[in-house]
Amino acid sequence: MDTHRHLDDELSSLRDRVLLLGGEAEQALERAMYSLSERDSEVAQQVLEHDDQVDRLEVEIDRQCIDIIALRQPAARDLRFVISVAKMAPVLERIADHACNIARAAIDLNNEPELKSVLDLSRMAEHALIMLRSALDAFTSSDAATAREIIKSDSEINDLYNHTFHRLIELMVTEPATATRDARLLFVAKHLERIGDYVTDICELTVYMAEAAFIKHT
Amino acid sequence: MPVQTAAPRIEVRASAPVETISARTKVAVRNLDFFYGRVQALHQISIEIPERIVMAFIGPSGCGKSTFLRTLNRMNDVIPGTRVGGEVLIDDHDVYAPGTDVVDLRRRVGMVFQKSNPFPKSIFDNVAYGLRINRVTGSGSELEGRVEQALKDAALWNEVKDRLKTSALSLSGGQQQRLCIARALAIRPEVLLMDEPASALDPIATSKIEELIFDLKKQYTIVIVTHNMQQAARVSDRTAFFLLGKLIEVNATEKIFTAPNVKTTEDYITGRFG
Amino acid sequence: MAASFTNVDRIRRANSAFMTTLTALCTLMAVGALLVILAHIAWQGIGSLNWQFLIDRPRPVGEGGGIGNAIVGSLLLLLISSAFGLPLGICVGVYLSEIGRGRLGGAVRFIVDTLTGIPSIVTGVFVYATLVVPTKHFSALAGGIALALIMIPIVARTTEEMLKLVPHSLREGALALGAPQWRVTVGVVIPAAASGIATGAMLAIARVSGETAPLLFTAFGSRFFPESLNQPIASLTVQIYNYAISPYDEWHAQAWAATLVLMTLVLGINIIVRFLTRKKF
Repeated sequence: MDTHRHLDDELSSLRDRVLLLGGEAEQALERAMYSLSERDSEVAQQVLEHDDQVDRLEVEIDRQCIDIIALRQPAARDLRFVISVAKMAPVLERIADHACNIARAAIDLNNEPELKSVLDLSRMAEHALIMLRSALDAFTSSDAATAREIIKSDSEINDLYNHTFHRLIELMVTEPATATRDARLLFVAKHLERIGDYVTDICELTVYMAEAAFIKHT
Repeated sequence: MPVQTAAPRIEVRASAPVETISARTKVAVRNLDFFYGRVQALHQISIEIPERIVMAFIGPSGCGKSTFLRTLNRMNDVIPGTRVGGEVLIDDHDVYAPGTDVVDLRRRVGMVFQKSNPFPKSIFDNVAYGLRINRVTGSGSELEGRVEQALKDAALWNEVKDRLKTSALSLSGGQQQRLCIARALAIRPEVLLMDEPASALDPIATSKIEELIFDLKKQYTIVIVTHNMQQAARVSDRTAFFLLGKLIEVNATEKIFTAPNVKTTEDYITGRFG
Repeated sequence: MAASFTNVDRIRRANSAFMTTLTALCTLMAVGALLVILAHIAWQGIGSLNWQFLIDRPRPVGEGGGIGNAIVGSLLLLLISSAFGLPLGICVGVYLSEIGRGRLGGAVRFIVDTLTGIPSIVTGVFVYATLVVPTKHFSALAGGIALALIMIPIVARTTEEMLKLVPHSLREGALALGAPQWRVTVGVVIPAAASGIATGAMLAIARVSGETAPLLFTAFGSRFFPESLNQPIASLTVQIYNYAISPYDEWHAQAWAATLVLMTLVLGINIIVRFLTRKKF
């Protein structure tokens, strides 16, 4: 039954692009966290410099989605795929933005003496990365079940965030000397928590694409 | 003849508030089989068409959608060697029951064809034809009133009011098709069947017909066969997908075009075969 | 490459020019022959043509005389034959196209085709045997009926063909409006084919207006103006035939003139019917 179609070529090129963007976001987050934990500001700088490319990729995906909708009038699963990609690209771009913010915080923190509390954030970051990676995998394979699992696992990041939040507030009170740096770390934690939320959005789009089901806000 | 006097007419062009679509079933088909001689063209079709909606039939050429449309007003009777099994109920009356008056049926179920087919008569006489043969109108002025109303309903009045006596064949293709719609509307059918009504028209004429269909569903139950899936998506409330003489899926149009239930439907909608 | 293209091109152009010339020549020959005949008739006939000739009845050789009675006779015969032949022929055509499917229709079509092929003299003999012998006299009516019998199959087949050319969609359109079959045929299909049917009728009239043989045994001919349809009646063709086989030069000249009149008559009927049935819509 399957005949080769130009639309299929365009859809697969769109898929490649959005996965590339996902890879960029993943890499940015990984490197930003590396720069923070390994106190390597150079890597953080690379993340910031790379962000332009991420932005460009997002615009390209946007344009390609609009072109496909206008010229090819996709329907049913093709339509759901294009719409999902169009909504996913900005989400991935924002994840990369958060990574940039983490990179900036890393540069600032790396100029100061090392803090002990960074360890906790690594766990959070690890979890966020795993979520992002598996979310992109689930999207690639239209795996709604996995996507649903990932959405559930977002609560773990939230728990970690709450835990970190209280710890850092405690530290600020007990050691006011490092309070400024702790505050920075708090922001990093908040960025990681937000990334978890964005990954949830990606998973919701995956479920929509695979099952045409709207699970947002449910 | 319960048609004429009942049911107050809604002015089509008026911007009536959105009315809730009644869920009453206008046409119900049960286990319909259809044969051309020994060849079975339709297999066990069952479908319900609610009142005052646009139902679109889609499917590849030869899938039986046109044949099925023509069973609803028994236009297939004209073709020798055809045979029908099952029921077609319009307002709970089986149109294939013995003793059914086919002429009356066709008055209640109007039809517009793929190729516009105005009679080689004047514009006025074309619209008046159905009224005259059915002796619907009493006086000449009543006839004129009905013709004018039908032309207005078909959004053609302003273009032809000054030349009603000229030949219908002098109209453009799109106008001819709207004339055929006016001709069908003049006898005030309850159901309007349209067999690819815009397939021979340019995009502007097509969009006029589509606008018209959208307006007409306030008064009529419309069933449209179309090859153009985008057209089905634009004009219809419900869509039925036919393949090889079988009804594969019928669903709300937005459901068919975003998330059909059946894989075959999805393959067709996304152009993966046919 | 370029060279071979030019070669092919040259051959093709030569072929094209050859075929164009060939068809043009054939057309020229056919039309030329016709024009020569027409010109010859006009040339030979115009000399004896005058007003007196057109309104007078035949006189003995040397006294002039004319073909007035034959013109009236021919017109009457055409009228009678059209009155019988056209409605009947059209009805048969409608039957064949709209109703007569299946075996009976096929049989009717076969009979009609056979009738078309029957030599007109046979038709004349047939009418002579069935109408003239029982009534014991030649008559205008018998002549008209003989001509009608020739017209019917021609009209029937052309009507059938013309009705079949009416698009099926037109019939469906009328049926879908709740029209019964007979109203579709009478109100939509026949009017749509009217000009074609008229052309068929013209063809038939033109055909029988040239007939001589069937009239010899039926209308017979007469030297007087007709007074009743029950009497023998003159006709142009029979008059032409009689004059042409006579030994007199004057009558030969009159035969030429009568031929010219007959031709003009057919042309005139043609133009009038064309005008009356011109496409209104």
